[in-house]
This record gives sequence, C-alpha cells and structure tokens, in this order.
Amino acid sequence: MSLAPTSTSARRRPSGRGFSAWLDRHLRWVFPLPAVLALFALTILPLIFNLVLSTQERSVSTALPSSFVGWGNYTAALQDPRFWNSVKLMFQFTLIAVPAQMLLGLGLALLLSRNMRASGLVRAVVLLPMISTPVAVALIWALMMDPNLGVLNYFLQTLGLGRSLWLADARLVIPALALVDIWQWTPLVSLILLAGLQTMPDEPFEAARIDGASPWQVFRFVTWPMLQPALFAALTLRLIDALKTFDIIEVMTQGGPGNASETLNVYAYHTGFEFLRVGYTAALLTLLLVTVAVVAVGVNLLRRRA
Amino acid sequence: MSGRESPLRAAALNALLGVVILILLFPFAWMIMMSLKTQVQNTAATPVWLFTPVLDNYRNVIERNNFLVFTKNSLIVALAATSIGMVLGLPAAYAIARFKQRGLSLWILVSRIIPYITFLLPLFLVFTRLGMIGSYAALIASHLIITLPLIVWITIAFFEDIPTDLEEAALVDGSSRAGAFVRIILPLVAPGMVTAGILAMIFSWNQFLFSLILGGPNTKTVPVAVFNFLSYGSQDYGAIAAAAVLITLPIILLSLTVQRYIVKGLTAGGVKG
Repeated sequence: MSLAPTSTSARRRPSGRGFSAWLDRHLRWVFPLPAVLALFALTILPLIFNLVLSTQERSVSTALPSSFVGWGNYTAALQDPRFWNSVKLMFQFTLIAVPAQMLLGLGLALLLSRNMRASGLVRAVVLLPMISTPVAVALIWALMMDPNLGVLNYFLQTLGLGRSLWLADARLVIPALALVDIWQWTPLVSLILLAGLQTMPDEPFEAARIDGASPWQVFRFVTWPMLQPALFAALTLRLIDALKTFDIIEVMTQGGPGNASETLNVYAYHTGFEFLRVGYTAALLTLLLVTVAVVAVGVNLLRRRA
Repeated sequence: MSGRESPLRAAALNALLGVVILILLFPFAWMIMMSLKTQVQNTAATPVWLFTPVLDNYRNVIERNNFLVFTKNSLIVALAATSIGMVLGLPAAYAIARFKQRGLSLWILVSRIIPYITFLLPLFLVFTRLGMIGSYAALIASHLIITLPLIVWITIAFFEDIPTDLEEAALVDGSSRAGAFVRIILPLVAPGMVTAGILAMIFSWNQFLFSLILGGPNTKTVPVAVFNFLSYGSQDYGAIAAAAVLITLPIILLSLTVQRYIVKGLTAGGVKG
C-alpha cells in the first residue's frame, strides 16, 4: 500500500464514483443483504408457507388435489385425542427435565466455581455430553436402558432396587427420556451459571464475609440475586429446547410404546412424514410454535418482574 | 467469589465433583467398552468389565456399512454449509457490529425458537417439486439454517472487539471500506472465524432431521446412516456402539480446540430442532 501514490487515495475517498465508492456508501445495507436474503428464503418464507399449508387439506403427493379448509385443521387438532396426549407428554417431559437440570446445573456450577487445579480439564469433560451427536447419545442410552442386558438394570439390581423396563414401560418412558436430557443438558446450564458466577464483583462477597454471614446467607442474599440474569437465560434456553426435543425421542422410542412418548414434535413428524398429511401437520407445527413462543415470552416477562 | 475452605470440606466437595464427572463420563466409557467387546461379552447376563479388546466391531461398521461414504457425505455437507455460511455471514456480522444494527440480528431468534421441522415441511415440498430431494444442494441449503445464524452471532462479538481506529487508519491511507474489511479486519478476526467455523461444522455434523428427510441414498449422512442401521432391527450391540464412537470422536476432537467458546455457540445457535 505504501507504493500507491497519494493522488489515487484522494480519488478513492467516499465522494468518488464507481462500484467501490458506491459499495462504501451503502455498506451498511449491502453487507448484510446476502445473509438476510438467504435466511428469508430458508426460514421466513417456509414459515409463511407453513401457515398457508395449515389452512389446506393437502397430501405430499401432487396427484391428490389440495383444497382450502380454513381453520379446519386447527379445529380437527383440538378434537384429536392424540394431539392432546402429545401436548401432555411434551409438558411432562419438559417439567421433569428442566427443573432437574436447573437444580443440578446450579449445584454443579457452584462446585466448578471453586479454585481448582484441573479446572480446564474438568470443563472439557463437562462439555462432552452436549456436543455429542444426538443420534449417538440416543443409541448409547438405548443400549444402557435395555431391559434385559442394559447396564442400568445391572446397577439397579446391585443396589437392590430391582429391574426396570425403562423405555418399554408406558409410565416410565417419559421420565427415562427426561433422564437422558438431564444428562445431556445439565452441563450447559452449569456452564451458563458458571459464566454468571465468574463475572460477579468480589466486593459484596468480602462485605458479607466481614459482616459474618454464613455460607447460606451469602448464597441467598448475595449470589442468588446477582445470578438471576444467568438463571433466566439458562431457563429460557432449556425450556425452548426441551419443548422441541426430537432426535433423542425419535431415535430411542419412535414415540412408543404405543403413543406413550409421542410428544407434539414427534407426533407432527409422524403425521407429516409417515402419514403424509401435510395440512394437518402444518397446523400441529403452528400450534407447537405458538406454545414455545408463549413459554419463551412468559419467562421473559417473569425476568422483568424479578 | 472464592471463600476459604477447610481441607475436609474441600475433600468432600472434590469427591462430589468426582462422582458427577464419573456419571457424565460413564456413557462414553461404556460405549467405548461395548465397541471393543465381542457379541457374546456384550450379551452376557452380568456386564463384563475386564476383557481383551477386539476391533471386529469397527471393521464391521466401516467395511460392511459404507461408513466412509457416509462420512464423506457428512463432510461435504458440513464443509459447504460452513463455507457458504462464512461468505454470507461474515460481512453481515461486520455490518451489524459496526453500525449497531441490532434489529438485524433478530432473525437469530426466529431460527432459535422455531422447531426445525416447521421449516422442513415446506422445504421438503419445494425440494420435491424441484426434484432436489437427495441432492447435496438441498442438504447444504437446509444446513445453512443452522450454520449461518450461528456464524453471524459468534463473529459479531469478535468484530465488536476490534477497535475502529484500525479501519479508520486504513481509510485515511486510501483504502475503501470494503477493502479494509477484507485486508485489515478479516485477518484480525481469524480466531473468531475458526471458532465459528468449527462450531458450525459440529452442529451440521450432528444434524439429524434435515438429513433424514432431505437426504437420499447417495447423500446419506452419518447420523442418518447409523439410525437406519439401528432401525433395521440390528441386535449387533458392539457394532452399534462402534458406530456411536465413530460419530462422536471427530466432534470431540474438534470441540476441544474451541472449548472456551462452546457455550456461546450453544447459547446463540441452537443445536436441535
């Protein structure tokens, strides 16, 4: 660049003409444009298309004509016992998995926030469950939960607790799947909370110590209030993802036994890609989307009030 | 944040942490053990803890199940979705960081909250109509839904860390803004690009649903191949475990290099649908 004579640089200042000058003047819009267009085509358009589909009676096959049914698919869903069952299961799964993750995640974060020698190594280990391929996680847990040969039943028996059917038991399948989710995502909660703990200033803790506060008092009146933003961030994230859980359930149980683990996401997948009822599936997905959005907004309102 | 601990208390807490780590690691250890055992050992009534490792399961999975072909497919899709995500995402992230276009980053929320299957159903119909089901293009396009927002979100933070003085100096020297972006800024965010790239690769590699529906016999990715392999009613436990090890290993190695940024990535992007 030192070779360029000063006259060229004067010519290339933003007042100039040509593509380069035009680009410079409109950089703020031109630079994001390709990404915005791509995401519009890949997410917003499909979303709108999904809404349109949800008002139609339509099959994947183009041989069958599609017809406009308005709210028909939605009213059908609201009268469909399998839909309500899937909604119930979705919330059951979430309400078992998420509180457990929050509680265990908080405990693990407090354990990890102590001064330790091998903290780097420990954190690397904690990452493993959540970056692992969901299909691999599902496979390995399915093998461990095998009623006859699974190692979990061996542990239960060794502890004198008797065997369990795990995924094969209609009453146990949701808690068993939630257990896998807890194993996989507690680390994320704990790492988010750990980041929150580490950005806290030292002064309030020193003040509390000087005032002779007990460890519980320090936690309750100093740590806990300052941890709120991180807690709500982790809670929002986990609620959204738990409601949408698909990979683990589909690979481990395909919604079974019977429909005992067919959450809304899994039910929509089956109606869409097994039974090819496109319009009805689109309506189910809109209902799922609205539910997730309402929960996400609800948690955020709670955060403002806290 | 550090309190004084008595040695006894410290020992107890370390022991507790040890138990937690054992629980987190056990499925991995068990998976590796199963993958190295024979079918007889894997189906024994009491778990076999000590055994001579055999590599037959790996040989089975790799040779009989075209594992390398599926690995190639996964790599093609992940590399392409990541590269395109970079080309589209980096300028966008730069503009968002420099001009404080926070509104533009709102789309991240769209891809975060909405279940992937909501995008998938319309995309499936469109790709079917276009005859693109089973093509790499369809898979790569769908994986962009994961990689692009993730890359934008992660790199915004890195662009924001670069002082504006550097670009202003380049502008005074006669460079155009776009030129300064390519020659001055991009080299400075190289660590951010590596982080975003590796995380995008991992998420694309892990993706199951898009690949399951939009992939074809010739573009099957590893997770889908392993899922099919299982649903054919395979009772070959060692092979299943070996397959699980083979999917997991590459991403564990990759993730260790960007350890520190993983939480940021998981928080921003969205791993599942």
